[in-house]
Amino acid sequence: MASVKVRLWKERIAKGFMLLSGFLVTGSLFFIVGTILYKGLPYLSWEMVSQLPKGGFYIGKEGGILNAILGSLYLASAATILATIIGIPISIFLTVYLKQGSFLSRLSKLIYDILYGIPSIVYGAIGFSIMVYFGIRASLLGGIITITLLTIPIVVRTVDELLKTVPADLRHVTQSLGATRWEVAKVLLLFIKPGVFTAILLAFGRAIGDVAGVLLTSGFSDNLPKYIDEPAATLPLAIFFQLSSPIPEVQGRAYASALVLTIIILIIVLCTQYLAAKQKKHKM
Amino acid sequence: MNTIRLLKDKIVRNSSALLLFLSLSVVVFMGLGLVYKSWPLLESESLFRLLTEKIWSPMKGYFGFLPFIAGTLAVTTVALIIAVPLCILTAVYLTEYASKGLRNSILPLINVLAALPPVLYGVWGVLFVVPMIKEYIAPIFGVETSGYSVLAAGIVLAVMIFPIMISIIVEVLQTIPDELKAASLSLGATKWETIQHIILAKAKPGIIAATVLAISRAFGETIAVLMVCGNIPKIPTSIFDAGYPIPALIANNFGEMMSIPLYESALMFSALLLFAIIFLFNFIARIILNRLENKYNG
Repeated sequence: MASVKVRLWKERIAKGFMLLSGFLVTGSLFFIVGTILYKGLPYLSWEMVSQLPKGGFYIGKEGGILNAILGSLYLASAATILATIIGIPISIFLTVYLKQGSFLSRLSKLIYDILYGIPSIVYGAIGFSIMVYFGIRASLLGGIITITLLTIPIVVRTVDELLKTVPADLRHVTQSLGATRWEVAKVLLLFIKPGVFTAILLAFGRAIGDVAGVLLTSGFSDNLPKYIDEPAATLPLAIFFQLSSPIPEVQGRAYASALVLTIIILIIVLCTQYLAAKQKKHKM
Repeated sequence: MNTIRLLKDKIVRNSSALLLFLSLSVVVFMGLGLVYKSWPLLESESLFRLLTEKIWSPMKGYFGFLPFIAGTLAVTTVALIIAVPLCILTAVYLTEYASKGLRNSILPLINVLAALPPVLYGVWGVLFVVPMIKEYIAPIFGVETSGYSVLAAGIVLAVMIFPIMISIIVEVLQTIPDELKAASLSLGATKWETIQHIILAKAKPGIIAATVLAISRAFGETIAVLMVCGNIPKIPTSIFDAGYPIPALIANNFGEMMSIPLYESALMFSALLLFAIIFLFNFIARIILNRLENKYNG
């Protein structure tokens, strides 16, 4: 066995490496946000976020990315609402109506975990072929369907985790008072209310940031969609397209658009953290 | 009154069961749909040839997927080499050394990293990683490159899989009983020796599961990789070469392949490949993690 001195040195070196890697990992977040802030801020203007693209926008002339911002908000809101309406009853069914640890509930949870891991490009490819089959062109509707499918697993799994944290006593007391299972479910939902909003925000964040799913399904347009069957621009796609332009002006707008998206995401994250803290207090 | 309550209960029960059934059937539908769509290609060529053929030229009817498979494997390997040691060390530090306050302020930051959309990682890659490789890293090795390379994609992917790996490994490490650590420490082992021989050994299945999940995340990542990997359908021979992973292939070519026979089928086949591999990997990882959870909770 090596001497104590050597062993203690090893301890110090190992600790140094751990600190370094922790620093690198957390630093990468600040680095990414910092890079985008640094590059995007000079190009960010009120005109950028309040106007539609005008003629020649993509060769560096006037206009803004309002079409993409609103398009993304429409799409993500609609998809999140649908995913919530579909997802919450499913997680209630899994925890309240099914017996704890039954085969069906375990299998379903496993499948939702797997679905959560399926990349959005696969959802996009499938959404695209469904649309071709039914003769729907690339549109807001196609994007909404794809993103809804993508976000259902997030809602189901997060709400399910939340329902697990509810004390079993609460359920037993409610049930012993003669409540039906649906009434039990309502009590449980009330208990995890802040947490449910966290789940919804998580889904919204994923929905608004996704590119691969909408790339194939929702198309792109300089106008705001008036109807659900019209193509709609989305913010991540706008960033992607503008960045691939050779014109510096347009690239600059890509950085500014990235900054807008970053700000939206950071706001969502802050709300999530706030609600999660509230849920924690709720538990006490 | 009671009949109404029971009726409500029944309605909720049946409708939510229906929703569950419908949304679960999505998986089956996805798998079958992809097989159905890629069938024309599978009929015209053998699976083995598709996977081992090097030439990709849809116009002439050559569909060799090897360059894309190699591209995917290359970027994933680079990402893992960077991410796995960093994530294990960070997770160990957070669970074994860091104070509670530090841990509670770092973990939310890692969640923020998870919340950033892929396209922002891509922008960061284009703005920082690509020029860095072109100007500084490649010249050290005496290589000339545009910077759009397997290495750039690997670095961006590595950062993208940090959150999933760290959060799972931290959870796994927290399940290791304190008695084990105490026993090792009381025998005179240093903390690092305890970590090496007891904690990491115990956490091994969990770390493997986390890595498998990270691999499947890396396999499927599309836009961030597409923006920095160069997109040339050739087998990369060095990390400074451009690569062309499978998801990028789908994203770049969809929508314009209608006129060429078998092209759509070929793209659907690549989606099927992704779906099958990622399904399998997720399945394995989740089974391992569920086992671990049951072991310590039950």
